[in-house]
Parts: sequence; C-alpha cells; structure tokens
Amino acid sequence: MKYKLIIQRQKSKTDKPYIQSFFVEADTDNTTVAAVLSMLNSQDELYDSEGKRCDKIRWECSCLQKKCGACAMVINGRPCLACDARLINLGSEITIQPLKKFPVIADLMIDRGILYENLKEINAWLTDEAYADEKRNDILYEASRCLQCGCCLEICPNFYTEGDFFGMAAMVPSARILDELNDKKKTALKKEYSKHIYNGCGKSLACRDICPAGINIEKLLVNSNTIAVWKSLFLRNK
Amino acid sequence: MNKINIIGAGLAGISAAITLAEKNYECRLISAASSERAQSVMAEGGINAALDTMGENDDPIQHFQDTMKGGVYLADPNAVYELCINAPDIVKHLCSIGAALRIKDKQPILRNFGGQKKKRTAYAKSSTGKILMSALIDEARKYEVSGLIQRYPHHELCSLHIDNGICRGISIIDIYTNAAIDLDGQTILCTGGMNSLFSGMTTGTTINTGDVTAEAFYKGAELANLEFIQYHPTTISIPQKRCLISEAARGEGGRLFTVINNKRSYFMEEKYPELGNLMPRDVVSREIAKAKQLKNGCGRVYLDMTVIDEESWKNKLSDLRDECIDFLNTDPMKEPVEVSPGIHYFMGGINVDKKHRTNIKGLYAAGECACQYHGANRLGGNSMLGALYGGKKAAESAAELINEGCFAITDKIQNTCSSYINDQDYTIDKHTAEILKNALGIFRNEKKLSSAYDTLSNLCERRTLSERHKKRLVLARAMLLSALNRRESRGSHTREDYPEKNDEKFLKTSIASLNGNNIEITLRDIPEMRGNANEV
Ligand SMILES: Cc1cc2nc3c(=O)[nH]c(=O)nc-3n(C[C@H](O)[C@H](O)[C@H](O)COP(=O)(O)OP(=O)(O)OC[C@H]3O[C@@H](n4cnc5c(N)ncnc54)[C@H](O)[C@@H]3O)c2cc1C
Ligand code: SF4
Ligand code: SF4
Ligand code: FES
Repeated sequence: MKYKLIIQRQKSKTDKPYIQSFFVEADTDNTTVAAVLSMLNSQDELYDSEGKRCDKIRWECSCLQKKCGACAMVINGRPCLACDARLINLGSEITIQPLKKFPVIADLMIDRGILYENLKEINAWLTDEAYADEKRNDILYEASRCLQCGCCLEICPNFYTEGDFFGMAAMVPSARILDELNDKKKTALKKEYSKHIYNGCGKSLACRDICPAGINIEKLLVNSNTIAVWKSLFLRNK
Repeated sequence: MNKINIIGAGLAGISAAITLAEKNYECRLISAASSERAQSVMAEGGINAALDTMGENDDPIQHFQDTMKGGVYLADPNAVYELCINAPDIVKHLCSIGAALRIKDKQPILRNFGGQKKKRTAYAKSSTGKILMSALIDEARKYEVSGLIQRYPHHELCSLHIDNGICRGISIIDIYTNAAIDLDGQTILCTGGMNSLFSGMTTGTTINTGDVTAEAFYKGAELANLEFIQYHPTTISIPQKRCLISEAARGEGGRLFTVINNKRSYFMEEKYPELGNLMPRDVVSREIAKAKQLKNGCGRVYLDMTVIDEESWKNKLSDLRDECIDFLNTDPMKEPVEVSPGIHYFMGGINVDKKHRTNIKGLYAAGECACQYHGANRLGGNSMLGALYGGKKAAESAAELINEGCFAITDKIQNTCSSYINDQDYTIDKHTAEILKNALGIFRNEKKLSSAYDTLSNLCERRTLSERHKKRLVLARAMLLSALNRRESRGSHTREDYPEKNDEKFLKTSIASLNGNNIEITLRDIPEMRGNANEV
C-alpha cells in the first residue's frame, strides 16, 4: 500500500520549521513509521513527493522494538514511539512532527536533556542500601520501566520545560527510590516530590493512556503520594 | 589527578563509572545516546550467579566449569574463574541498590538458562537488563550531582590519540551541534557489539556500530576471536531487524519442533535427552538450521510455548507474550511461534587481559566490545555479568595509573571529527552485510569466506569511502580472515570443510592486528590456569 508522510522538518535548532512530504510503499501490515523513515534514509538520494532532492531526515532510534524510548515523536497528533506505530493503523496520509515540548535539534530529533536535569533536581537516587522486600517487588519493577521517552510530558497540560512541574517522567523513577529509601533519609526527596510532582499534577491521567510502555502510572502515583505526602500529613495531624 | 574517559554508557560503562566514583576518581561518561537507549536495556532473560538459592547445591566452581565448557575452553580460565567467584557479590550488590530482581525471602529467585545444569540466572520477568540499568542509572546520578561523573550523553567517538603504544586521549563530536572536543586521559571502551557489519540482521541496537572497535584496530589495538559470532536460536523477523524470543521461554518449558510427515518432531529432546531445548546456543542454532533442511520436513521450526503454565506467563514472561502479540499477531499461550537463528552476540572483540587492559597502555575495553570470558560461545546470562564485572576491572586497572603524567594529547593531532558528519553510506553497509551474512552464517567454508574477502577487498579499492566506512571494511575483512584461519569447528564457528574440533592446532586465541595496510592473523596460547583456578 502507498502512504504519504507529511513531515515537519527543521534544518537546525535556529532554523524555521517547514513541511515536506514523501511517498512510501509498505509491503507488510507490520511496517512501522520507524521502518519507513529508515527506508527513506537508506536510499542513495532522497527525493520528496514533488521530486525535489533533499537532505536525509534526522531522527533517533536504537532498539526498534519499544524498549529504549529513543524514537518518540508526534504521529497524527499523538505522541508515540515510531517503532510502535504501524502504518496500517494511521491512514494513507500520516503527519509526523517532533515532540514539541523539547528543543528541536534537527527534524524529528529533540533534546530531552531536561528529563535528566529534573531527575537530578528531585534527588532521584538511593542513599542507603535497599530493603529488598518481596512485597514491594511489583512497585520496584514497574517504577524501573520508564523509557524516558517524554510522551507523557508531551500530552500533559501542566508540563513545560522551564516549569516547576516535572511530570510522570520524573514521578515513575522516583517511585522506586521513595519506596526503598529509609524513612529518615526520605526527607529531601519527599520535599522535592511534593514541590515538583504532587503540587502540579491535575490527576487527569492523560499521561497514563499515552505511556507507550504501558506503565501503571496510577498505581505508582498513589503509592508515591501516600509515602511522600499523605502519610506525613496524617502523621503530623495525629 | 587525571580524569578517565569512558566511552559507552551501557552496563559496562556505568559499572566502570560507578567503580571510579566510589574511589573518588573523576570520569567522563561519554555515549552516542543516553543510557536509557543502550543495548543493555534490551537484555531479557537474566544474569548468572551461583547464589544457590534454589537448593540445588550450586557453587561458583560449577558456574566456572559450565562457562568454560560452553565456550569450548577458548576463554582465559583465570579470568572466567574470577568472574564466577565474584558473580554472587555482583548480584547481591544489584539487590542492595534496589534493582527489582525477582526475590523471595530477600534472595534472588533463579531460573534455568541454556548450557547450565543448575538454576543460576537471576531475573526480572523478561526485562532484566532494563531493571538493572534503571538501578545503575540512578546510582550513577548520585555521582553526577557530586561532579565525579561527568556525562557527555550525545557524543560520538571519532578518534583515539595513540602514539608510542600509549593512549593519550580522544576526540569526540557532539551529535547535536557537530562541535568537536579533544579530551586527555586514559580511556575505557564500553561500546558494545559490531552490529553495523550486519546491518538489519541482528537482535541488538542500531547505535552499536562497532566503529569504535574498528578505530581501535586501526590505531593498533589487537582484536581477538572475531570469527565467533553467536546466532541466537530463537529469533523472529520484525521490521528492520531480528527480535529475540528469550531463552527464558525454553527455560520455563518451551519446546522446539519441526514437522516431518505431518508429525511433530521435538528434535532437540530426541537428540539431547539431558539438556534438550536448553543445550548451549551454538548447538541449538545448528540443530535448527539442520532441521529446516530435513527431507520430508516442513522446512520450518517452531517454538511451542503453549505448554508453559499460566503462573509463569504472568510472573516471568508477560512482556515476552506482549511482544509476540504486538509483532506477530500471535498469542504464544495459544499457538506455536515460528523461529530462526539470528545474530545476537559477538564473542570476539578488542583483546584484553584479565585486568581488561588492551595491548595499548592507558586503553581498556569491557562489555560486549571486548573479547573476554565467553570463548567460542557465550552462555545466556553471562554477558550482563561479564559487562558489569569487566567494567569494574577496567576501572580498577585505570585507577592504578591515575597519577601517571603521560596521558595527555601532545600534538593536537589532525582532528578527524569533521569527516564523521553526515557520512552515513547505507548502500555500502547493506552490501557488506549481505556479503558477510553469506560467508559468516552458521555453516562456513573456505570457498565462501575467501570469495567474500575478495569481494570486500575489491569494494575497498573501487569506491571512494568515508573514514568511517574504510575502517568498517577493514574490521569486516579481519573478521573473515580470522574465520578463514581457524580450520576447525568449535563453538559457534562451524566449518563444513573442517567439521572436527582440533585442539592441538586451534585451542588458541585468534589475534588480529594491523601492520601498515596488512591484516595479520596469529594464534596465541590461552593463558594457563594459575592459583586457585588451577585447583578446580
Ligand atoms: C535482545 C537482547 C537480549 C539480551 N538478553 C541478555 C540476557 O538475558 N542476559 C545477558 O547476560 N545478556 C543479554 N544480552 C546481551 C547484553 O545485553 C549485552 O551484551 C550487554 O548489555 C552489553 O553491554 P555493554 O555495556 O557492553 O554495551 P551496551 O549496553 O550495548 O552499551 C554500548 C554503549 O556504547 C555507546 N556507543 C556505541 N558506539 C559508540 C560510539 N561510536 N561513540 C560513543 N558511544 C558509543 C552506546 O551509546 C551505549 O551507551 C541481550 C542482548 C539483546 C540484544
Ligand atoms: S495526571 Fe495530568 S497533570 Fe498529572 S502528569 Fe498526568 S497528564 Fe500531567
Ligand atoms: S512514564 Fe511512560 S510516557 Fe512517560 S517517559 Fe516514562 S515511559 Fe515515557
Ligand atoms: S527505537 Fe527504541 S523505542 Fe523505538
């Protein structure tokens, strides 16, 4: 089947974005956006839908099987992983844009450095030995699964890069730490958690439905809120 | 005090960085993409350690013996011995930093993995690599904040500055801005396997090109055992690559079969009653390739996972099931899945000693880019272990020379970084991959290997190649020559024209080195067992 990809491109950080279209043929039902982007780039010369020669399309990928988060982009208006987006589900004209909450490096490649800065700011690391308690295994496991892809931030009405609210890409990893930290040592993270996650979140859970890893965000959120906020409120009031 | 450069931020690189930071030494952790994108996050089945938590009387000596046997005795026994003795502490340390391995009574639960008679593989469903990486990334973050680890998370290595047998420093390029940076210091390479030589045909990531291995070779580092490439027996085809069906599926009871005269033949169980479907990977891959060619056979091999109980699917393999449904539209709980062998791991790579030093002073290698521990065939679950332990050893070796003054780029040598911008040549990559696939498949012979070598040599002369692709082709040719030179069959290297193992001549490491424009292959004795390793 033949598809038209309508791609939002940008030469560099400082250039203006523009739209360019490409025709692609997909041979199987399994063909993904990642596969056709690679296919376009693997041609000796790249031509757009009007036959104009153009630069290769810059984008990021690594695992090509939904495990690394590199290829997150906005496809038909929805943030998702290009290696998980099957053409057959997207219609014959497909729009592709970079995630817009992050600075564009070029074309579909974005700088997600802020994700890591936020995790540093929130104190997302253990200071003591972990408990290794099997009752908590499931929470630890779920909280370890975040791809740092940024899809949840793209969809979140309250997140923007310069803001104080860090969103679920910070909540999920810190849920592991909150669950493991020794009570006495939790203070720094708890404080940061309230400031950067609990206070800013509208709890609409749009992020949960978009997460390509299918992380049980709600469960982690409730768990972390309990540890970081509700428990201390409750203890204080007692 | 000199900063140490670490290239690669997967398990090996992070392990090296944390080891240095714990000693209060500063390092730069440089990688083409952030740690979340490293191939290590893809590892599924688990990590080996003889923790003996399943009451099977396991111990590190048996782990050592299985690893040596699996590698058909081609690994340095002293290094393997240390690896296995230290494995339990490594896994305990992972638990202590909150890695979500499956545990019971505070102890990791262990599962069966190929080539091993005892349950020895700690795991987290089929996402073990991701779970370990998450814990280690958080651990490294602590030192990033304190300044001991300095990240360069979108930077590619262009050049190693080596003169007089000493690595003085490196040149890297910022992928975002194309800015080149020169950095002094000892350097630890942790850049993973050589996937770009087999572009689109491996289970691993597109980021691990093998370009760093090629650059090290080009600048005088020895490579070892390049001919040993692991074909994982059970992979499926998905867009642009092979996707792994973890060995854990067989560990939990999955059975391989083909159909002969309308009847299922469980060929592994029939031929190998003891380990059956869990024979080492080289054996299973060969048997699958043979089963596909049987007369009266259906020409296909399937993995029947319908026999696995619901409990195991839920607790151990849920992500694997999702993958089959996602990529194949097949529910493996209900239907068998068609599988074929696919390229999964490079046992060969940069030659290192037990302390992970290369033949160049101040240059180290660990993880999949290095050749250590796995001999002629790697056991499942040993590579994450080898990456973590190797990273640690390399860091300790670099720390020993931390105060030496010679690790500084003296002459700001020709900066080759600019040639690394926009130099991708997919046509040549595709071409190389086709040639190598034919010659370096599961079954090899002199004719196929020589003809591939000639074709690649011609290609080098004919085309104007970028620096990157020139080096890649040198690496590819070294791989072919190593395979040609080993006139025997051992582990993953099967020669149709030399079907027997020949210990007298070939119980040796293949060493590739570059002399001017000449690739030289020699055979080197395997170190003798010393000290404690000698007593087993
Ligand atoms: C699907 C799959 C399943 C697996 N399952 C298991 C398992 O169950 N058990 C097990 O033990 N092993 C398993 N393995 C193997 C194991 O994952 C790897 O061998 C191991 O993780 C390698 O770690 P590493 O640190 O050497 O390299 P990687 O994690 O691959 O990291 C390489 C690093 O180098 C960087 N890099 C690469 N090239 C450059 C460059 N030119 N410049 C700068 N940086 C560069 C990358 O960005 C990355 O950070 C599996 C592998 C795959 C593909
Ligand atoms: S629940 Fe709503 S506000 Fe909170 S992180 Fe998710 S999308 Fe954002
Ligand atoms: S929570 Fe989900 S959507 Fe958000 S960064 Fe992690 S994996 Fe991506
Ligand atoms: S390439 Fe890794 S998630 Fe798409």
